[in-house]
Amino acid sequence: MKKTFKVNDLDCAHCAAKLEEAIKKIPGVNDAAMNFLAQKLMVEAEDSQFDAIMKEVVKVCKKVEPDCEIVLK
Amino acid sequence: MTKKQKKMLLRIIISAVVLVIAVLLPLNAYLKPFPFVAAYLICGWDVLYGAARKIWNRQWFDEEFLMALATVGAFASGEYQEGVAVMLFYQVGELFQSYAVGRSRRSIAGLMDIRPDYANIMVDGTLTQVDPDEVKIGDTIVVRAGEKIPLDGVVTEGTSTVDTSALTGESVPREVESGGDVISGCINLTGVLSIRVSKEFGESTVAKILDLVENASSKKAKSENFITKFAHWYTPSVVIAAVLLAFLPPLILRQPLGEWIHRALIFLVISCPCALVISVPLSFFGGIGGASKCGILVKGSNYLEALAKTEIIAMDKTGTLTQGSFEVTELHPAEGVSEQELLRVCTLAESYSNHPISLSLKKAYGKEIDPKQVSQVEEISGHGVKAVINGVQVAAGNRRLMESIGVKVPLVKSTGTVVYLAVGGKYSGYILISDQLKPDAREAIRRLKTEGRVKKTVMLTGDLKPVGEAIGKELGIDEVFTELLPVGKVEKVESLLKQKSSKGVLAFVGDGVNDAPVLTRADIGIAMGGLGSDAAIEAADIVIMDDKPSRIADAMAISRKTIRIVYQNIVFALAVKALVLILGAFGIATMWEAVFADVGVAVIAILNAMRALNVKFIEKK
Repeated sequence: MKKTFKVNDLDCAHCAAKLEEAIKKIPGVNDAAMNFLAQKLMVEAEDSQFDAIMKEVVKVCKKVEPDCEIVLK
Repeated sequence: MTKKQKKMLLRIIISAVVLVIAVLLPLNAYLKPFPFVAAYLICGWDVLYGAARKIWNRQWFDEEFLMALATVGAFASGEYQEGVAVMLFYQVGELFQSYAVGRSRRSIAGLMDIRPDYANIMVDGTLTQVDPDEVKIGDTIVVRAGEKIPLDGVVTEGTSTVDTSALTGESVPREVESGGDVISGCINLTGVLSIRVSKEFGESTVAKILDLVENASSKKAKSENFITKFAHWYTPSVVIAAVLLAFLPPLILRQPLGEWIHRALIFLVISCPCALVISVPLSFFGGIGGASKCGILVKGSNYLEALAKTEIIAMDKTGTLTQGSFEVTELHPAEGVSEQELLRVCTLAESYSNHPISLSLKKAYGKEIDPKQVSQVEEISGHGVKAVINGVQVAAGNRRLMESIGVKVPLVKSTGTVVYLAVGGKYSGYILISDQLKPDAREAIRRLKTEGRVKKTVMLTGDLKPVGEAIGKELGIDEVFTELLPVGKVEKVESLLKQKSSKGVLAFVGDGVNDAPVLTRADIGIAMGGLGSDAAIEAADIVIMDDKPSRIADAMAISRKTIRIVYQNIVFALAVKALVLILGAFGIATMWEAVFADVGVAVIAILNAMRALNVKFIEKK
C-alpha cells in the first residue's frame, strides 16, 4: 500500500533527507520519498502491517527531527 | 512570517542587543562572561536543547550538535564574543532558510491559484453556492461572468469567452458556446454559462494539474541526488578533519592545543552543507512552477533537468505539428464542371459516411444535404464511396477507386488527401483535403535547432510518403519517416536511441492518445495536452497545455536557466566553503568569517534559487 502524508514544520532540506533515509531503513518499508518542498511524505509498505509501520515511522521522525510532525489521518 | 518565525526574530534581535551591551559593559573578569552567556542562551537555547536530544538518540553528525560544540568550545577558550556571534549568525541563517522556503511554497501556491473555491448550482429553484466537491457528474452548474469555472463539463446554454491563461499560458481568450467543452480553472469572461458537469472535482483537470505540479518535486533530478549523497559524506568528513586538525598538528609541531582546537572549531561551523542541500531542490521547484505559469506541465524535476540535454527530438505529425483537423483546401473541377457542382456531388456521395473526409466535405459545403437524392451507397474501405445520385452512378475516392472503375485521373502532387470524383464514368475533378500545419510549427522547429541546440529533428508519421516528406521539407526537419504503424514508431525510436550519445536525451512529442508506448520509451515524453486530453496528461512526462510545439523550445529555455542556477549555487557554495576551510586551517580566518561565509552563502544560494521562478524572459504568446 502506498500512502502520502502531510508533514508540518519541516524547514531543513538536510533533515528531510536524513528522515527519508531513516524511514527507508525501517523493516517492512518498501519505499519512502520525502518531498521537502511540497511537505509530503510517501510511504510504501505491506498492507497488513501498514499501521504498525506508520507508528514506527513517527517514532523515527521524533528521533531524527523532533520538531517536525507527520499528520496521520 | 509565521508566528514561530516572528518569535525567533525577536529572540535574535534581543540577543544581538544584549551582545552589544555585553561588549560595551565594563565588567571585571569574573562577571564578564555572564552577559555573553545570557545573549548566547537567548538566541541559542533551542539549539543546545536539540543537540542534547540528538546525542541522546545517537544522532552524532547533526548540525545542531556540531554548532553547539563549536560555540561552547569558543566560550571555553574565552572567546565569548565569537561564541555568541556564531550562534547568532547561525540562527539568522536558519530563520532566513525557513522564511525563504515558506516564501517559495507560497509563491508556487499563488501561481497555481487555479483552484476554484465554489460552484453555483440550482437547488430547488435558487442558485446556491456549494463546495465543488459536492457537485456530481451530470449536474448543471452556472458560471457567471468573472467567475472561475469550477469543474470540467459541456456548455448547455450560453455563449462567452473564456480565459485559459492560468492553465495554458495562452493570453488570447477562447470562444465557447453551447455544445463546447470547458475545463476547470479557466475564468469565464463575458457571458453566463450553464455547464453540465462531466467530471467530479477530484478528477477535474484543475485538480490533476495541481496534484502534478505539487508532486513533481518528488521526482528528484540527478543533481539533487548528487548533492544529497555529497552532503551525506561532507559532514562526517569535515568533522573528522576537524578532529585531526585539533590534535595532529599540535602533536607533530609540538605546539599548544588551544590554537589548533580553535581552528578545528571553525571547521565544525562550516560542516553543514545546508545551503547546498536546500538550494538545489528549491531551484527545480521554482523552475517547475515557472514552467506551469507558461502552460508547460513538467511532471518531475528530473525531466526538467534532462530536457536541456536533448540531442534528438522525434515528433509525431498529426495533431502535433499539424492541427489534426481535415479541411477542404482546394477544389479542382474538370472542364465543364463548376467548383460548386464538384463539391456538391462529392459531399452528397460521402454524406452517409462518418469518415473524416466526409465530415470536412460537409463542413465546406455548409448547406443542408437532401439524403433523398442519394441511393445505393457503397463504402469501400481504402478506396472511397460509390453511390447513385439523381439516377447517375457516381464514384468519389482515391486513385485506386478510380482505377478500379476504369477512370483515368491526373497525378496530383500534394501534401493532402485527394478525393477524385467520377460522374457517370467520366472524370469530374478532384478535391484536396489537407490537415493544416500549426501556425507556429515552422518556428518551433527553427527554435529547437537554434535555441534548443537539438542536434537532430525527426518526424514520425503513419501518413503517406509524399505527404510526410513534403511537410518535413517545409518545416525544415532533418529526418522524416513515413507510413509507420504504431509499432513502427516504437522501432524507429529504439533505433534513434542507439544513435544518441550516452549523456544525450531523446525526446518524443505526440498527442498522446495512440502514442503512449512511444512516449514511454523515449527519455522524455512530451504530449500536446489539448484542452482535456486525459490520455496525454497520463502518459507523458511533460504536457504542453496549449498544444503549441514552440512551447518545447520555451521549456528548454526554462530548463537551461534552472540548471544554470543550480550549478552557480553548487560552485559558489563549495568554493567559499573550501576557501574558508583552508584559511581556517592556517589560522587566517576566525569563526566570524566562517559563520558569516556559511550564512551568507546560504542566503545567496537561496535567493539565487528563487530566481528560477521568474519566467518573464519567455514571451507569453
